[in-house]
Amino acid sequence: MGRITLDKVRKAFGDVEVIPPLDLTIEDGEFVVFVGPSGCGKSTLLRLIAGLEDVSGGQIRIDGEDATMVPPAKRGLAMVFQSYALYPHMSVRRNIAFPMKMAGLPQDEQDRRIEAAAKALNLTDYLDRRPGQLSGGQRQRVAIGRAIVREPAAFLFDEPLSNLDAALRHGMRLEISELHKRLDTTMIYVTHDQIEAMTMADKIVVLQGGVIEQVGSPMELYRAPRNIFVAGFIGSPKMNLLTGEEAAKRGAHTVGIRPEHVSISTTEGTWKGTVGVAEHLGSDTFLHVHREGAVDPMTVRVDGEFSAKHGDTVWLTAQEDQIHKFDAEGLRIA
Amino acid sequence: MATQHSRSAARFMMAPAVFLLLVWMLVPLSMTLWFSFRRFLPLRGGDQGFVWFENYTRFISSSAFWPSVQTTLIIVGGILLISVVFGILLALLLDQPMWGQGVVRILVIAPFFVMPTVSALVWKNMFMDPTNGLFAHLWRAFGADPVVWLSDAPLFSIILIVSWQWLPFATLILLTAIQSLDSEQLEAAEMDGAGHLSRFGYIILPHMSRAITIVILIQTIFLLSIFAEIFVTTGGAFGSRTLTYLIYQRVLESQNVGLGSAGGVYAIILANIVALFLMRIVGKNLDA
Ligand SMILES: Nc1ncnc2c1ncn2[C@@H]1O[C@H](COP(=O)(O)OP(=O)(O)O)[C@@H](O)[C@H]1O
Ligand SMILES: [Mg+2]
Repeated sequence: MGRITLDKVRKAFGDVEVIPPLDLTIEDGEFVVFVGPSGCGKSTLLRLIAGLEDVSGGQIRIDGEDATMVPPAKRGLAMVFQSYALYPHMSVRRNIAFPMKMAGLPQDEQDRRIEAAAKALNLTDYLDRRPGQLSGGQRQRVAIGRAIVREPAAFLFDEPLSNLDAALRHGMRLEISELHKRLDTTMIYVTHDQIEAMTMADKIVVLQGGVIEQVGSPMELYRAPRNIFVAGFIGSPKMNLLTGEEAAKRGAHTVGIRPEHVSISTTEGTWKGTVGVAEHLGSDTFLHVHREGAVDPMTVRVDGEFSAKHGDTVWLTAQEDQIHKFDAEGLRIA
Repeated sequence: MATQHSRSAARFMMAPAVFLLLVWMLVPLSMTLWFSFRRFLPLRGGDQGFVWFENYTRFISSSAFWPSVQTTLIIVGGILLISVVFGILLALLLDQPMWGQGVVRILVIAPFFVMPTVSALVWKNMFMDPTNGLFAHLWRAFGADPVVWLSDAPLFSIILIVSWQWLPFATLILLTAIQSLDSEQLEAAEMDGAGHLSRFGYIILPHMSRAITIVILIQTIFLLSIFAEIFVTTGGAFGSRTLTYLIYQRVLESQNVGLGSAGGVYAIILANIVALFLMRIVGKNLDA
């Protein structure tokens, strides 16, 4: 079981309120991702849940029981740190065994769990090595192994993939998702990378300045961002945001159009523009089109085979039913 | 070509320094060796020619030799023990965030800047003096008889004085070691259920092991030759005569340069044995 409830949780460092009172419920077995720009308080929130920081106010409940004052070791949560925080002078085996040793588990039970974790994480051949002799991805797996063997109520991950290269990051993303499906344990995952959030989460919590901007499933956030911040943060490449005349025409202060909701033509359309930079991904191409009379280029997704040269004249048309409208406060107009 | 050129240029430039170093080390060393083979009594007939190994056998067969080796080892070992144990405790304490940290740290380092002779005199006269010393007053305040420190517990007193001087050094090195520990490791251990003692034993202490070996190595090298503290306090009496002090007595008090030099050669051998031993430990620790 791992149902975590935050009730008006607040955190201040001295006079600086990093997290204003905040409510959030994380259901048992859910994969929740905290996402937001660097410095928005994601790590702080995670550390409050872990018990590594004391709350300045409010209550944290785990499975209905007040855990606000419970020390970290007694909360039944396991954490994987950004730096992995492996114990450098211990072998991989002893690293993984450490939490069980502290809990006083019998030796044969320890061995059984270590074998199982090592097998699941492809670490069997490395059990007698020191962390210093492992690659980044392997260290990451050891850190996860050390968390698994505790059989925690919930896993906490703080940007666990940010020290890995792109290829490994993709592989580990799949492994962690796979692990979640297999263990069916609550996982809270912190990242600044919206792609990780979109691909892994059951529920995304978008944070800015310690405030929750929106909570929802990846597709809910993609389809109906509650405000301009979420609209700009979720989705890649970023949504095009237009103000002024184009917005006023549609009865809004700002309108947002995703690159994939704009069609392009060489002969006719709503807006005339010239092609700027083209980013080729193979399957798709992202064109930056400079509209006549507009300052910022508009990003448009086209098929990878679409050919357009720098400086070509093109016409753009947005799918009207996919346009997001926001008022002067930046809030979504239903 | 260019590299060969610059290499020989480098050799040429380094030559004066290397030459100076060699002279600096070799001249006293060869003079010691030279005198150790001769009968040389400055006040009783001067240099009287080669006696080869007689000085060596006499030095080692003297009843004072083995006790002095033992005293040396006890003093060095005692100081190492105290400065490492209390160094770790002080370092742990100073690592805690507290009010006036900067001032406290400077105060802790202060004893290191006091000259050995001065600190020994201060201890001898202000703390350990059986009539006017601070300890004597303290003892009397509790109704106890003051301890005559330097004659009743001479080794302990010397160990105390020298430890006081070397504690800052150990504390400082160990403090930097503690501060270089990744705080996430401690937090991970905390979440893994390790209490304060387990965290110290499993995480902090292994992390400091390298710094501890370095402290031990450096201190041993310096402590094998402590002299001023003994000269000022007990003058080598009450069984506080170390090897260094014995050599000094042979040369200056007995006016026997040959015998003293032979003792000096023994001291070099002893220091090298200890150094070799320590280097192996440190080497093993530094590799890991
Ligand atoms: N121990 C601390 N003392 C003071 N301020 C802190 C401390 N930890 C974090 N902060 C501040 O809290 C804010 C949020 O930090 P953090 O939670 O680490 O952000 P994120 O993980 O989202 O990048 C930052 O402005 C940071 O400077
Ligand atoms: Mg962070």
